[in-house]
Amino acid sequence: MTTTTKAADAKKLPGADYFTLGEPVADTKAPGGPIEQKWAKRKFEAKLVNPANRRKLTVIIVGTGLAGGAAAASLGEAGYNVLNFCYQDSPRRAHSIAAQGGINAAKNYRNDNDSTFRLFYDTVKGGDYRARETNVYRLAEVSANIIDQCVAQGVPFAREYGGLLDNRSFGGVQVQRTFYARGQTGQQLLIGAYQALERQVAAGTVKMYARHEMLELIVADGKARGIVTRDMVTGEIETYFADAVVLATGGYGNVFFLSTNAMGCNVTANWRAHRKGAYFANPCYTQIHPTCIPVHGETQSKLTLMSESLRNDGRIWVPKKAEDCGKDPREIAEEDRDYYLERIYPSFGNLVPRDIASRQAKNRCDEGRGVGPAVKEYDDNGNEKMVRRGVYLDFSDAISRLGKDGVAARYGNLFDMYAQITGENPYETPMRIYPAVHYTMGGLWVDYDLSSNIPGLYVTGEANFSDHGANRLGASALMQGLADGYFVLPNTINDYLADALKFPAVDASHPAAVEALESVKGRIDKLLSINGSRTVDSFHKELGHIMWEYCGMERTEEGLKLAIAKIDELQAEFWKDVKVTGVNEDFNQTLERAGRVADFFELGRLMCVDALHRRESCGGHFRAESQTEDGEALRHDDEFLYAAAWEFTGTGEKPVLHKEDLVYEAIELKQRSYK
Amino acid sequence: MNITLRVWRQANAASEGRMVTYQVQDVSEDMSFLEMLDLLNEDLTVKGEEPIAFDHDCREGICGMCGVVINGTAHGRGNSPVATTTCQLHMRSFSDGATIDVEPWRAGSFPVIKDLVVDRTAFDRIIQAGGYVSVNTGSAPDAHANAVGKLKADRAFDAATCIGCGACVAACPNHSGMLFTAAKITHLAMLPQGQPERHLRIKKMLATHDAEGFGGCTNIGECAAVCPKEIPFDTISQLNRDLIASLFKRDGK
Ligand SMILES: Cc1cc2nc3c(=O)[nH]c(=O)nc-3n(C[C@H](O)[C@H](O)[C@H](O)COP(=O)(O)OP(=O)(O)OC[C@H]3O[C@@H](n4cnc5c(N)ncnc54)[C@H](O)[C@@H]3O)c2cc1C
Ligand code: SF4
Ligand code: FES
Repeated sequence: MTTTTKAADAKKLPGADYFTLGEPVADTKAPGGPIEQKWAKRKFEAKLVNPANRRKLTVIIVGTGLAGGAAAASLGEAGYNVLNFCYQDSPRRAHSIAAQGGINAAKNYRNDNDSTFRLFYDTVKGGDYRARETNVYRLAEVSANIIDQCVAQGVPFAREYGGLLDNRSFGGVQVQRTFYARGQTGQQLLIGAYQALERQVAAGTVKMYARHEMLELIVADGKARGIVTRDMVTGEIETYFADAVVLATGGYGNVFFLSTNAMGCNVTANWRAHRKGAYFANPCYTQIHPTCIPVHGETQSKLTLMSESLRNDGRIWVPKKAEDCGKDPREIAEEDRDYYLERIYPSFGNLVPRDIASRQAKNRCDEGRGVGPAVKEYDDNGNEKMVRRGVYLDFSDAISRLGKDGVAARYGNLFDMYAQITGENPYETPMRIYPAVHYTMGGLWVDYDLSSNIPGLYVTGEANFSDHGANRLGASALMQGLADGYFVLPNTINDYLADALKFPAVDASHPAAVEALESVKGRIDKLLSINGSRTVDSFHKELGHIMWEYCGMERTEEGLKLAIAKIDELQAEFWKDVKVTGVNEDFNQTLERAGRVADFFELGRLMCVDALHRRESCGGHFRAESQTEDGEALRHDDEFLYAAAWEFTGTGEKPVLHKEDLVYEAIELKQRSYK
Repeated sequence: MNITLRVWRQANAASEGRMVTYQVQDVSEDMSFLEMLDLLNEDLTVKGEEPIAFDHDCREGICGMCGVVINGTAHGRGNSPVATTTCQLHMRSFSDGATIDVEPWRAGSFPVIKDLVVDRTAFDRIIQAGGYVSVNTGSAPDAHANAVGKLKADRAFDAATCIGCGACVAACPNHSGMLFTAAKITHLAMLPQGQPERHLRIKKMLATHDAEGFGGCTNIGECAAVCPKEIPFDTISQLNRDLIASLFKRDGK
């Protein structure tokens, strides 16, 4: 491509003032041939490392969730030296623990026509054709092994009386392929991985560093060779070195402040790697989960998700008439209820995918038919308005059909949780739900081997971008985390490590290490020295508000431009006026949060730029300018059939867009329809 | 609501701690206990005082990271009508004008790091001693190769829900970690996959439990009374039965 056509191309893209266009990027690792044979072929072609040499090689893994914990355990078993990091006090607390609903696998135990190909197909379609076909096929292919692995570890999946595993169906899917452990699937899977990990800690193959936060990546001579961490108890800034670095650090939904993510979830590890050259792909793809407990007030710190499995038996409705919205729902007659999902999407009903269920709930509330307490909101001009942000999720039919005990057996812990948080009894009155930020499909760009564009830097689980496209189907993030950790990375990383014995040694005296260490110290000193007047959380909340308003469930060109300006302004104020108490050489939670929020500003801006340039609606990215006559998302495959991989060029500088064309050979590209 | 808080402040493990009194205004009853602490911390920060350190992450009652003693009971169980973690305790459980005492877990095996934060890594070391099934990645048989009767599966599940929060230790007059250990023993003992190492596991885990300085169990039951996941007290009987059985097994020696 010549420079002139590139410049002309960039001009055509919306928001062209905010970025420049670079060379395309492509995966070079997936082998040719039929999709069914690619993974076997890749595994066969990848170089091996002999067992005696593995002891001589070190791998840093940041993260102990499903993606990181499973990888650390597996690489430890394989005989590598693994250094594993997490910011919590124990690897068992990684955020994967919070997943409720379940994990998909193409076992076809139900004899309902499920297959690897169908799981692959559903996942690509569910992601609105914005995921990479080859990666998704492999995910479906290894999914069945995950269940075997977890059962062998003692993960107590739900079982039937006959002793075999039970399955259920999950949003957007018509087969029963979801394995679950009551409403605590993530916890049980994570504990399985954690136990495997602790077994390796005892065996001496894995060294665990809990309460250590990675604050910088060390790229020496073009390769990822180490990290800089802060010991969160003593404040010591340390460097660690390895032959390869794996980031398994989860998602960045906390950029919105209010989300279903754990409070500590952050983008720092990924963002620091991005600043060192790793491409960040599709940052604007955020998943909004339809079944969360609505916001109750301004001092709220997080939102709680209730498993979407609730949609299997609960019916979603709002009053037909706005004047009924304040009434006790039990007093609203059947004919005055609008079961809007069943009405608009008769074949999927309450089980439509998350993006559709979420947007329809928002539409009802915007129309003035939301329920629950009215909460304060502001329009673009800063005027206050009160809006009810909730829809009913009603179990009265299910209770008449299954009995209260039957419903309790399926959803008891979710009902208890709801009662505890809201003070209302969901067996008697319908639950109230509303969408909330839940998962981020964007992440560092990786190839088929899960390698970023920096040699030796691998990215797994929610931290990478590859498998879910513009929308993630329920129960597939857990699948991806464990697929990456147990089966993919341990097979692909060997190919790189096979050459690592020849790498020159890198230690703390290497200029790249010195630079990384100094920049971390400089940043911490800067944060502590500002001594302004505003708290870290007040900045975070304000940023979150901007993101939710303009880069949340619906985006417009105007709104996104406004958001970018607001973020720039707020970020400047942050670096002038934030107040970080205490010192570095101490357990200092304010300092931890300040560093994370600083990175969220830069990420948030990139999310807006990405959203701005993509003038199409797909999956969890809904551009108001691109919709069908009846308000459904309208994709533009002719213009946007690519993953957007962004390159960092400096704070406040225009990022460079590298497009990865998405090629669908095994699946025909279709407009998604759930009607 | 207006609340008077008396909070344990301690700079680090080596220093002495003391209770400090704070006033918190405009507390809504929908707030969680931790959101109320956030509110106080915002206030302290603006005043230039150091906020109170406390551990938390998921705020959904599942990661096990939070945990403080509230009015003398772990996770504030004494104020809550139902089993709860600290993050899932809501201010509607308190009345306007209440004075609330907040302290860290107290047990020799859980040294204080700062304020309300303690070091619970001893639990990880108990798991390292044998709280797992020795199966390497990739060597698992088909998941349906072993059927597990629903009743056993349910009992395994009930025990497996332990979140490792440490409330049981904090509540126990002996500071015993037996409920935590028994939960893992019971979980794995109910499943076919857990059988080969069953007797060895219990000996190794108990030896580490004792070596870490946790006290012995004298059947007081305070642990189960505060456990947010309602781990059944009879898991400890299961542990005792398995321990005795292990004495007659070669691999248990
Ligand atoms: C409430 C909730 C319910 C969900 N339910 C489901 C479900 O039913 N099914 C499903 O498939 N998916 C579900 N998901 C999504 C799924 O849980 C996550 O996408 C997945 O668990 C992410 O796993 P991970 O290993 O990539 O990251 P995580 O589990 O988030 O782990 C991140 C790790 O990185 C560490 N870390 C992060 N940053 C740093 C740093 N700078 N330094 C050191 N360590 C760091 C953390 O300590 C942690 O160990 C749910 C998510 C939420 C929020
Ligand atoms: S047994 Fe209960 S109280 Fe003890 S660590 Fe487990 S969940 Fe916490
Ligand atoms: S913060 Fe996770 S259990 Fe309370």
